[in-house]
Amino acid sequence: MMAEAKATRLKNRPLSPHLQIYKPMLTMMMSIVHRITGGALYLGTLLLVWWLVAAASGPNAYAAVQWFMETLIGRLILFGYTWALIHHALGGIRHLIWDLGYGFGPVEREWLTAANLVGSIVLTIVLWIVGYLIMGTSFR
Amino acid sequence: MTDHTPNSIRTPLGRVRHLGSAHNGTGHFWHQRLTSVANVPLTIAVIVIIMSILGRNHAAVVQILGSSLVAITLLLFVISSVYHMWLGMQVIIEDYVHDENAKLVALMGNTFFSFAVGLAAVFAILKLSFGL
Repeated sequence: MMAEAKATRLKNRPLSPHLQIYKPMLTMMMSIVHRITGGALYLGTLLLVWWLVAAASGPNAYAAVQWFMETLIGRLILFGYTWALIHHALGGIRHLIWDLGYGFGPVEREWLTAANLVGSIVLTIVLWIVGYLIMGTSFR
Repeated sequence: MTDHTPNSIRTPLGRVRHLGSAHNGTGHFWHQRLTSVANVPLTIAVIVIIMSILGRNHAAVVQILGSSLVAITLLLFVISSVYHMWLGMQVIIEDYVHDENAKLVALMGNTFFSFAVGLAAVFAILKLSFGL
């Protein structure tokens, strides 16, 4: 079985054309971004866990998380995490629509993909504005 | 494929079952979709929860995160999304890591990371909830 598989692999077969052959298209780029945001969210769960474990550990540990999130780097990471989450979620919904067999027409697929990108940026900014409004009205 | 003869009683499904790279057919694909559907409402709920704790001090945060409804929502979110990311990273590894040994190590590392992250989050949520 293994030897057979190896022999097949070693045969000098023609390869299917890869990324560099194609002209970049929006659907293709968003497919790649979907995977990249998925990978980023994978690492981003460390932030979520740090936050939850710190909250469970006590006021000092929680203060450290709050301090980091208020630094410029912390804010940038959080902003990126928010965008990655929204983009991946909207992209996921787009893929579910496609899984059901809808939205494959030349107009629909472009529209869905553009909505994914624009929607993720708009929603992220809206969420952050709401977040700052909430922070502005609450006491520490 | 070539040994498929009309005389055989075995169905095409029976012939390929437990073959393939993962030995489990469409289970992986299906669980990826299942958790993605679950993640849609759960993500919205978690965003609302995070919005509600912004700018609050530790005592207030513990009180909110420890309440039953919030804790159960967080647990569902963590379990569904960690399982989702475990499956997703497995696909990424299988796509890009071609060396058999490196792939084995990466797949193991993915499982260890996902379980550690998931367990730590679940532990923290339960601790907040039970107030120990």
